[in-house]
Amino acid sequence: MDIDVEEIRKHFPIFDRFRRDGIVYLDNAATTQKPREVVDAITSFYYNSNSNVHRGVYRIGEEATELYNHSRENIASFIGARSEEIVFVRNATEALNIAANNLPDVVGRDSEVIISRMEHHSNIVPWHIASTRYGIRVKMMENLPDRQITWEDIEKNLTEKTRIVSLSQCSNILGTINDLSAIGKRLHELGIIFVVDAAQSVPHMPVDVKKLNCDLLAFSGHKMLGPSGIGCLYGTSEILENMPPYMGGGEMIREVYENGFTTADVPEKFEAGTPNIEGAIGLSAAVDFLKKIGMDNVRSHEKELIKYTLEKEEEYALESLHSYGPRNPDIRAGIYTFQMKKGDSGKPFGNYVHPHDISHLADRIRGVEIRSGHHCAMPQTVALGTYATARASFYIYNGKEDVDTFFDALKAIEKKMIA
Amino acid sequence: MTDDTIYSQILDDHYREPRNFGRMEDPDVQVTETNPTCGDTISLFIKVKDGNLAEISYVASGCLISVASASILSEKATGSSLKEIRTMTKSDVLKNLGLKLGPAREKCALISYDALMKAIDRYNSS
Repeated sequence: MDIDVEEIRKHFPIFDRFRRDGIVYLDNAATTQKPREVVDAITSFYYNSNSNVHRGVYRIGEEATELYNHSRENIASFIGARSEEIVFVRNATEALNIAANNLPDVVGRDSEVIISRMEHHSNIVPWHIASTRYGIRVKMMENLPDRQITWEDIEKNLTEKTRIVSLSQCSNILGTINDLSAIGKRLHELGIIFVVDAAQSVPHMPVDVKKLNCDLLAFSGHKMLGPSGIGCLYGTSEILENMPPYMGGGEMIREVYENGFTTADVPEKFEAGTPNIEGAIGLSAAVDFLKKIGMDNVRSHEKELIKYTLEKEEEYALESLHSYGPRNPDIRAGIYTFQMKKGDSGKPFGNYVHPHDISHLADRIRGVEIRSGHHCAMPQTVALGTYATARASFYIYNGKEDVDTFFDALKAIEKKMIA
Repeated sequence: MTDDTIYSQILDDHYREPRNFGRMEDPDVQVTETNPTCGDTISLFIKVKDGNLAEISYVASGCLISVASASILSEKATGSSLKEIRTMTKSDVLKNLGLKLGPAREKCALISYDALMKAIDRYNSS
């Protein structure tokens, strides 16, 4: 099945505004729009079943618990996991913070963790904090901007102290889709814990945690049509049971005594306090929406869009345009990061368009809304030889005509800004 | 949308030919400010004579708004007393640009202002 973009847009109320104001939204790696089905699921919960979960034995209390539990099952099966392997968190960032905070006590504080340079700050900073707090050592390995992470990249950094490797399945800046299955398998043979940042992969392609051979995996709801404030930490039962709790409070305990406590079973052990019930229900509705389209179709649609983007780039041949990331659409997500710069004109300005200006002008000239800055990936940005880039990123409601409008905008910007 | 809602001719002109751009030999104070969201940097230099801003210059790598804003600010501030400059507010700076900016871009417009205020405070306390 090919994706019918027009048909999909009908499910997104914000497209009424987009049509009215001529907006082409291309910042989907940051967050996605919400279909009516997701908003309705949240509204329906508030209108009909709102109450706390796991507590009340009255009717709407049980309904709320059922809805919440069903959401967990539905989201778990979406990534090939079991319900008890899914911890609800705020977002991928929180999931990775739990991993970085809790794993040092599982693997020992004398351990080393390997991350890559293409990581989002969410998969860098928590490890640095863990390094300061627990003494583990963080090694950032190099990677090339136009190819996948390879086993050789990892191997160069392995020592007998390496106990954790944490990598993104898809780079939010380069769009590189890393082939992690084989890497996961080899890491397991070495007894190394494998953490995957799947914030840019779960929304855009079929992901099966068992095939990935990962121990922990993180993703956010708002990047996959769901509400913000809900995300998931997947963990094998073994890891989740071995990790100490992250926060204390209600929900996460079995019993509390004057001088201590015992924890609830996983996943509740990691869910202190009243959870984001409506968030889980909304994310489950988003999963249903995506399942109906089919994740294979989502991926092939975005692959087609990035292929088209790279073709258009060559066709337009804008003198100042430089883009990054693999050129092979097979290993490239719908993410297009670029700069506009021409050889040195001798003047301080006039040969370069700052990404903030690209973003501002693309919006004002053609209504194209793209991101600018370091995209929370400063080490990778610096490795590209700059401090900021612009980025367009696609989703299921984007079509080839959006790519055309995007390049029209870039052409107009080059004409206006480059001497 | 028309071009006049984008960047005005004046801003464009200040960006392409920024006034008082460059480093300064022997400044009384030098301040470097950065914008963490986009990595924009400005190094600003001042020389003070009889309580007045005798000379100001800067080197910046940044967007059109940040460079143009620094250029306009440098023109406005030159020759004024430090006391007078210190009464300038952020909204004065934004008004001088004649653009309605969102919160993210306001930071771009104000990076030179922040640098100048810091420079004056540092001069006064030295």
